[in-house]
This record gives sequence, structure tokens and C-alpha cells, in this order.
Amino acid sequence: MVDVTIVQPPALPRRRLLTDLLANPKVLFGGGFILMLVLLAIFAPWIAPRDPIEQDLMLGTLPPVGLPGAEPGYYLGTDDLGRDVLSRLIHGSRVALTVAFIAASLAALVGAMLGLLAGWYGGWVDAVVSRLVDIWMAFPPVLLSILLVAILGSGIHSVVAAIVIIDWTRFCRVVRAETMAQASMDYVTAARTIGFPRFTILMREILPNVAPVLIALMSLEMGIAVIVEAILSFVGLSVASGTPTWGGMIAQGRQIIHHGWWVLAFPLLTLFATVLAFNQLGDGLRRVIDPVMRR
Amino acid sequence: MSLLSIKNLSAVSDRDGGAPILRSVSLELRPGETLGLVGESGAGKSTISKAVLGMLPRTVRITGGTAVFCGRDLLGLSSRELRKITGSEITLIPQDPMTALNPGRRIESQLTDGLRLKRGMSSDEARRIGLELLEEVHIREPERVMRAYPHELSGGMRQRVLIAAAFAMDPKLVVADEPTTALDVTVQKQILRLIRAMQARHGTSVIFVTHDLGVVAQICDRVTLLYGGMVVEAGATKEIMECPRHPYMQALLAAGPRYDRPDRKLAPVPESIFAGLREELASFDRRETRNG
Amino acid sequence: MFLARLTRRIGIAAMTLFGVGVIVFVLLRVAPGDPIAMMIAPGATPADIAALRARYGLDESIPVQFALWLKGILAGDFGTSISIRRDVLDLLAERLPATLELATLALLVAILIGGSVAVVGTLLRRSRAEGVIDAANGLLLAIPDFVWALALVLVLGVFYPVLPLSGRIDPQSAGDFATRFYLVESIVTLRFDKLAEVLSHMAMPTLALALPLAAVIARVLKQALSEAMVQDYVLLARLKGMSELRLILQEALRNAVGPTLALTGVQFTFLIGGTVIVERIFSYPGVGNMAIDAVINRDLPLIQGLVLAFGLMFIVINILVDLAVVALNPRLRHG
Repeated sequence: MVDVTIVQPPALPRRRLLTDLLANPKVLFGGGFILMLVLLAIFAPWIAPRDPIEQDLMLGTLPPVGLPGAEPGYYLGTDDLGRDVLSRLIHGSRVALTVAFIAASLAALVGAMLGLLAGWYGGWVDAVVSRLVDIWMAFPPVLLSILLVAILGSGIHSVVAAIVIIDWTRFCRVVRAETMAQASMDYVTAARTIGFPRFTILMREILPNVAPVLIALMSLEMGIAVIVEAILSFVGLSVASGTPTWGGMIAQGRQIIHHGWWVLAFPLLTLFATVLAFNQLGDGLRRVIDPVMRR
Repeated sequence: MSLLSIKNLSAVSDRDGGAPILRSVSLELRPGETLGLVGESGAGKSTISKAVLGMLPRTVRITGGTAVFCGRDLLGLSSRELRKITGSEITLIPQDPMTALNPGRRIESQLTDGLRLKRGMSSDEARRIGLELLEEVHIREPERVMRAYPHELSGGMRQRVLIAAAFAMDPKLVVADEPTTALDVTVQKQILRLIRAMQARHGTSVIFVTHDLGVVAQICDRVTLLYGGMVVEAGATKEIMECPRHPYMQALLAAGPRYDRPDRKLAPVPESIFAGLREELASFDRRETRNG
Repeated sequence: MFLARLTRRIGIAAMTLFGVGVIVFVLLRVAPGDPIAMMIAPGATPADIAALRARYGLDESIPVQFALWLKGILAGDFGTSISIRRDVLDLLAERLPATLELATLALLVAILIGGSVAVVGTLLRRSRAEGVIDAANGLLLAIPDFVWALALVLVLGVFYPVLPLSGRIDPQSAGDFATRFYLVESIVTLRFDKLAEVLSHMAMPTLALALPLAAVIARVLKQALSEAMVQDYVLLARLKGMSELRLILQEALRNAVGPTLALTGVQFTFLIGGTVIVERIFSYPGVGNMAIDAVINRDLPLIQGLVLAFGLMFIVINILVDLAVVALNPRLRHG
């Protein structure tokens, strides 16, 4: 086998990358919050103080601890059906994170694939993909997602599908541009003169260099997915109403806002913090990993 | 009686770890006189002109010296006091007419900015003077040019507009920062002649920044040659052109191109001369460290 | 050349709109879920259902249905809503003014806020305050209209209840307006009490829609301004004695605004998309709010009408932005 180390792209030493990542406050805080959320979601049944679905109308709309009329043990109060807000929040992270990770990964997969092909092969492939992206971008995402979920039927699968169908364009545009930039680099030309098949070069030489951007973008996309899921839950088009979701809690809180503001406030705060965390993480990752930005 | 008197002006770059940009530069400018500031890029000629205009970038720090203009040290003035002088008594003809005019504003407003802002003229008054100025710089159809946007004018036309704007304030001193380098050769001569004529008519002194000794011979009464932020040679143009003292000046004159012999081949400045110059800079810096 | 450009854009836009219409039309009919099933009374016979189906033209094949729909639109007939049982065009005429006023006001507010932040940030550049502004703006960029809307509900509707939480006007005021353009009407007729009422209802949804766009405008415009501020013509203008604020407003802004405007156009279509959820949160009677119900009820004629209405709005905005970019750039204007 031909040794191609001489034409290797400028990769970063692994260990320095890790310390750089941990030294970046955005990565640290964003990543830390997300990690905590993941742990909460995984161990929700053990961490949550109560059953998130159990109703007790005698304990309806209890205020959070510290306010007059609060019950001990119901830290963030209860909703109008007497369900514990904190437990529902913790369990709600399961739907939010599931949608975030699956939808973002699939959107990245589809978008990156098309972007790589369009950027690498050019010609008619690029023309078709670019035209498709243009048409897609002409439609506003919220409207499209509601329309799609209406067509696909409600439920978590439809929510994921809708996000992927809408947001693959984000990845496609960036990856295509990045691929084109990489394709003009010397190490790619060198690999081509050695005589590797084009597809091999794409996967072995270009993909690793596009990956950093892709990872950062995925973090941003997860934040978007969390919001979209919350919006669809809010409208009543996401998962069945029994399962606790942040958007569902927000919708419920909006109904009883005058006598139970906490039912809206806490899931909203959680949603906000989560989106911010994904955003900061993505931004930090991009700054640390992207060699262009490091200069 | 000199109009501008710069004494022992020194400056360092804050970006390059305090590297010297100007090394104790002194020069004199009398009323109505044209002084050529000559040197290769990085010699410090534009730093001097920017210091006079109060336009030094933040990365450049003045470490010593004075620049006395009409009895006041420009370097010691507050920015408010300086603003009264620059743009009014000292104006600028910029280097590149393509970027020095705002693409989004009509010529009239850009030409008459100074008259309205610094002289407090009404727009009608300013417009009348603007038209006169355009005629003075030989622009045909001044009415049309006043209404035009920069992109509708050629490079030469734009430079004429900028010259008109510089002389609009009847300044005592005009700094011409390589005003012809961005122009075609044929246009260059017209612009030089125009600056000369405007200067004679308005009785203005001019600091002419250039790297072209041909231009100096044509337009400057006196010349100061800089290298590495240090004055290498200074004196009346005629004398220096005829019997240059410093070997660098001798080599530059030998290198050409001369305005009167444009077809002459370029002879590069020998490396030994640069080595000598670098040695002079180093010995200057050694003296400075010992004294300061 | 300019007219040619405009006609070409309108042509492309019309084709896009037609394409979107076809796709939505077909998808809605291929997808599972039956609009008729949602409206039949209990105990209806299959014959009743068939009759209903025929009444809404759902018994024809899809191409025939599409042809009939298209024919209707060209004659000004958008069909009848299945869930509300009213003429779709009437519904749109009733609801569109509310959304148009909301979106336009939000756009103006966004430009005002974003523009001010960009100018102030440029004025304060290289100071510590600039870093604070940039960091705050970076955070604001991450917050979507949905979160803004609910946060505003909590703060200005519940904790400090200074603004009404829902609707467009107070319920008893409905008879006071001759048109559906409440905001425009109250300004034109100089009824400032009504204007205050309308604005107090619009304030929160407007802010929720405007703030994300304002953050985008602030970032992009500030970037463009700081690039313009180091141009030679700005240095020369500074020498002429212009104040920093004047330099920004008179010299830099007009050259920085072009690229920002093009982006604002794209972002404005997102803002319009955002009206859907924001109108829902504030029970604001616009087309967006209606769209959610239409989708949930599978009200095919109404969804189609709404999609066309939204599509039309996007196209008009894009063309207007295109015109504005040209109008602001003398080089394009004369070229």
C-alpha cells in the first residue's frame, strides 16, 4: 500500500485538541449542561421525586417551595391536575433529547451526504442539489414543520421526520461549501495524482476535514430540534398527551397562567437553558476545532 | 519663518513590540513651498504625513519630538483642538481616488462637506463655491459632475474632485499622499500640473509623499529622503539632483526612472548600500539606548 | 434592464408558487387522515358521508380535483373551508390584515432595535462596552421567537401585568373599526385612544417576533459598518470634521445597509413563519393562528388557501427587498 502521510491534511494533535476544548468556557458550560441533561434523562425514573403522570386533584396547582401554600416535597409545585412539575421536567428531557439527537444526526447524515456529493462531483449533481436547497429554503421552517406533521400524523416519529426533512438543507449548504474549499487544497490534488478513486478521496481525505464543521453544526441543530419539538408539543402535534414534554407543559401552563405561572415558567426556563447550552457548545466547538478560526 | 517645523520626531509601533518607525526626524516647510517626502514603503513617509494630519493609527505611538504648525505643536493638541486645524488649515489629497470617495453619496455633498461643516456655509453657498472649484480643476460640465455618483467618473476625474475638495478650504498646507500612483501615466502628468497650478494660485504649501524621484524633480522645491524612519538626505531638489551626497540617494538617482528619461533601464540599488543603511540605523539605535 | 430583472423574478416566483401548490395539494390528499371523518355527526350513514365528500369535490381523482381548484382560483373562488364552513377567500380577507400589520410592525421594530444596537456598538468599538454588546447579542441570537413570546407573557402579562395577554383589540371595541387594518385605521383617523389600545395588544407579539430578527440585523449590520468605517472615504470624512456618529450615519451606513438588507429579506420570511406560533400564543386572530387549526382539522381547502397566501407574502417580500437593494445602491440604480 502506498504511504500517503506526506499528503496528509493539517490535522491537530489529539491531546491538544482535548485540552483546548476543556479550556473553552463555551464548550465547558454548554457541554456540562447538556451532559447533566443527558444523565437526568437516562436516570429519570430514579432521580425524579415522583411519578410524572400520577394525578392528584387534591394537590392541584401547588406553588413551588418557598411560596405560601407550597407542599414539602413538590419542589417546583404541581400543575392543575396535581402532577409534580419537577418530575415532569426531568422526564420531559427524554423526549426533548431523543428528538434532538436523532433528528440532528439524521439531518446531518442526509445533508452532509448530499453536500459532499454536490461539492465533490459538481456538474449536474451539484446543480440538482443546489436547486433543491433553494426551493427548500423558500419556505419558512415553522409553517413547514406544522404542515409536515399534519401530513405525516402526530407523534415523535413524525416530529423527527419533519425536522430532518426541513433542516437537512442547513448541513447541505455548509458541507457543500466546505467540500469545495477542501477539494481545491494541495493534499487533495496530491491524492488524486497518486491515483486513488474519487470516492475514496472523498471519504478518506475530505470527510475528516469537513467533520469539525459538521459537529459544530450538529450541536446548533440539536438546539433547534428541541425548540421545534416544543413548538409541536405546544400545538398538540407531538407525542401523545400522556407523555410529559416541555412543550406540552408550556401549553398547559399557558392555559392556567393566571393561577399557576410556575407550570409555564420552569419548562420555559429549562427550554431556554437547553437551547442556549447547545448554541454555546456549538459555537465553542466551532471556534476550537475549526482550523480557519483558530488562526 | 517656517509654516511647519518638525523636530526630532520619533515613533514606535505598538504592534511589532515597540519597533521604531520614526527615528528623530526633523524637517522644515516654508509657506508656498513644496516638500517631497521620498522613500520606499515602510520608510516612514506616510507616518509623518499622518502625524501632521492627526490620523495616526492606534498602533503607532509618538515617543518624542514636536511638530509645530503656525506656532502650535500639533502633537500636543487635544483632539478637539486638532480637529479645528486638520481638514481646514491642513488638508489631504488621498492616494487612491477609487476608494476615497463614498460610493453612496453624490459628488456635490462630498465636495462641499468641509465648507458646510467647518465654514458653516449654507448648501446654496457651498454649492456655488463647489461649482467654481470644479471649473478650477478643469472639469467639464461641473453641473453634471456635481449630481453624479463616484462610479460615474473616471479615476482622473475623481482625483480632480478630491484635489478640489482639498483646496476648497483655502488651507495653508496640503498633504498629497502619493496622489498619482493609482492613476494612468498620461493622467499622472495632468494631475501633477494641476496640483502645481492650484498650489501657486492659493499660495499653499504642499507635502508631497512619493516614492518616485521623477515626480520629485518635477514638482518639489525641496526633498527629504527617508530610510527606515530616518532622514538620509535633505535639501533643495536642484542641488540634490545634481550632486547627491548620500550613497543611497546616488544609487536611487542612478536607478531611475527619470521623468526626462523614462525609457532608461532600471539599475538596481546595490545590496552593499542597504547594508550600509542598516548599519546606520543600528548605530542610531545604539546611541538612543545609551542616551535614553 | 431593471424591468427585465423584475419580470424574470416575478416569473420565477409564480412558478415556485405553482410548484408549491401542486406539492401541497397532492401530499395532503395522499397522506392518511380524512377531513370528512372529522366533521361527520355521530350516526351519519355512508350515504351522508358520500354526499359530503361529493359536496367538497373529494370524490374526484386528484388531477381532476387540482384542475377544478385551479379553475376556481383563477375565477377568484378559493373554495369553502370544511371545518369553519365559510368561503376561504372571505376568511383570508378577514385574517390577513391582522398578520400583515403584525409582521410589518415587527419588521420595523426589528430594524429600529437592530439598527440602533449596530450603530451604538460601532460608536463604542474597541471599548469594553463593545464586548458587552457583542456578547449580549450573541446570547440573544440563540433565543427563538417562541421562547421570547412566552417569556414576555410571563413578565409583562403575569408578573407585571401591564399588557393584555391576548387578542388584537379589547372585545367590546370590535364595532369601532370600519376596516380590518386596525393599526393603520387608528393612525389614519387620528384616534389615539384606539391606537394605544391596538398597540398595547400588539406590543408583546411584535416584540417576540422582532427581537430575534433585531439580533441578526445588529450582528450583520455592525460587521458591515465596522468594515465600512476603515474605508478611505471615511478617514477623509473624519478629516473634514465629521463627528463619529455622523460618520457612521452619513458615510458608512448607506454602504453597509445593502448586504444587511438582502439578509433581512430572508430573515423576514422566517419572521412571517414565526407569526404562526406567536399568534397562537397570544390568541391573535391572524392567518397563522388559523393555519394551525386548519392543519389540525385537515381542512384541505383552507390549508391550500393559506399556503398560497403565505407563499404570496414571501414572494412579495423578496421582490420588495430586491427593489430596495437596487434603490439604495446608486451603482445598480443607474447601471
